[in-house]
Amino acid sequence: MKTHSSTGSLAAWSGYRINLVGLAAFSVVLFWALVALFAPYITPHSVGEMIDLDYFGPMRPGLWLGSDYLGRDMLSRIIYGARYTVGISLAAVSIACFTGVVLGMTSAVLRGPVDMVVSRILDAMNSIPSKLFGLMVVAAVGSSIPVLILTLSVIYVPGAYRFSRALAINIDTMDFIMVARIRGERLPYLIASEILPNIIGPVLADLGLRFVFIVLLLSGLSFLGLGVQPPYADWGALVRENIGGLPFAAPAVIVPSLAIATLTISVNLLIDNLPQKIRDRSAS
Amino acid sequence: MTSRVPSLILGRLLIALVTLTIVSFAVFFATTLLPGDTATILLGQAATPEAVAGLRTAMHLDEPALLRFIYWIGGLFQGDLGTSYANHVPVATLISGRLANTLKLAGLTTLVSVPLALTLGITAAMWRRTLYDRIVTIATIGVISVPEFVLATLAVLVFAVYLKWLPALSFTYNIDSFSGLLRAYAMPVITLTFGVSAQMIRMTRAAVIETLNTPYVEMALLKGASRPRMVLRHALPNALGPISNAVALSLSYLLGGVIIVETIFNYPGIAKLMVDAVSTRDLPLIQSCAMIFCFGYLILITTADIVAILSNPRLR
Repeated sequence: MKTHSSTGSLAAWSGYRINLVGLAAFSVVLFWALVALFAPYITPHSVGEMIDLDYFGPMRPGLWLGSDYLGRDMLSRIIYGARYTVGISLAAVSIACFTGVVLGMTSAVLRGPVDMVVSRILDAMNSIPSKLFGLMVVAAVGSSIPVLILTLSVIYVPGAYRFSRALAINIDTMDFIMVARIRGERLPYLIASEILPNIIGPVLADLGLRFVFIVLLLSGLSFLGLGVQPPYADWGALVRENIGGLPFAAPAVIVPSLAIATLTISVNLLIDNLPQKIRDRSAS
Repeated sequence: MTSRVPSLILGRLLIALVTLTIVSFAVFFATTLLPGDTATILLGQAATPEAVAGLRTAMHLDEPALLRFIYWIGGLFQGDLGTSYANHVPVATLISGRLANTLKLAGLTTLVSVPLALTLGITAAMWRRTLYDRIVTIATIGVISVPEFVLATLAVLVFAVYLKWLPALSFTYNIDSFSGLLRAYAMPVITLTFGVSAQMIRMTRAAVIETLNTPYVEMALLKGASRPRMVLRHALPNALGPISNAVALSLSYLLGGVIIVETIFNYPGIAKLMVDAVSTRDLPLIQSCAMIFCFGYLILITTADIVAILSNPRLR
């Protein structure tokens, strides 16, 4: 593991120190979150308006990121794209991790047949390649934003389940769980008040990783034309729309690619450099 | 003491079989959930009700889904993959040539990426915490965190747009001559190699580092073995199991990778066929392609598990 090279701070907080890389990564993530949140207030032009006579226009004052294949302002489209990419992924990862973690803790506490059946089924789901699963669902029910969110979350439930179950099983063998059991506590209390507080750090780190996977998969699907559908466009769809500009290296195709890369790389770096206290038991 | 290896491997194969059954179930029912009647789609709008009813009977469409599932599986075993809706050609004919193309692409990528990734992964572990190791680690994190199409886009920008060495997006090269072949395959293989290698480097590095932390490697260090000798002679043989496990697991990344790479480079492989089938909603074709993909994925994962079992001396 990495050593922490951060500046000195209060001794009480020593386990929560974050290093420079982590801080930089955090600012990038925060930046994109704010952009997504305040999109309507910061777009310089309307998203659908064609304002440039030229298509695949270069970067210049007023059109800071150039124009796309129809002469629309790329900056505005990226800002709105952030909404779809970040929003859909965040919704999906929340559903996936909530379901997976609750199921995982329940399996760990109940053991026996429940654990076996749930584990077997989720393992089988895990052996369908994620992109393929996405393709099949889109083929079956068509692509809309609710369908996308649900599909992406279903795909990543097994992973969250496996991870939290492994952590919860360790906690489950501890004495205080035994005490709680003898006290006659029920399942909801056991998982919510006894186990969850002890695994929350690693679970959150895992949520971040899964967020990256979901952003990648969503962008991939959109890039194939099977994700977010026009007139809406996330970053993956923006790359797809403007792929025609690739031979002349138009900013319209490079900038959305970079946007995805900055977001996913910084989330990864942020998790890698999280304060030791938080990532304590998290598996690599 | 009798060996537990055969029973463990048998158990793993059994699990793979159960998984395959569940997966084929999922594939079949996901694609039959579609709204719209297959017979009507096949015969077109102008078909008479009698013709539609006749075809429905012929295709067993009026029978329960479970029975149709059994017919479908039975057909798969006899090599009958059904007929494509879009152009009324047997799916098997459509797939065979495409599958060979995809396997060629995957094989070539494996040939390039395995030696490359193993070298980088092992050397990074050998010189852990040096600048070299840092660079390799950061580069792999970067590659892993980026979608395949961004890698492809960057590869095109660098090799086709700026350097002008290779064709950009089309697979139109004459592949009869060796140089033509090289140029046609270069871009897709480069893109896939990046993704596959990054995964493999990370896992290989982790596996080697884990063995480097064992007491017997420390012993080798204490008796004065040089660093390369310590890694290559003492640590590596014991890391071979986890490493081959890593190789098999990373290769399963190919399955997701080819879907994007074949689409972006217009490569006539099975993934491109499937993506096209999804946009035309050609069910039999989607089902067959999905089954092939899941099958390949399962083979790789199961191989990884079996290698891990075989290489664990405690189980022998």
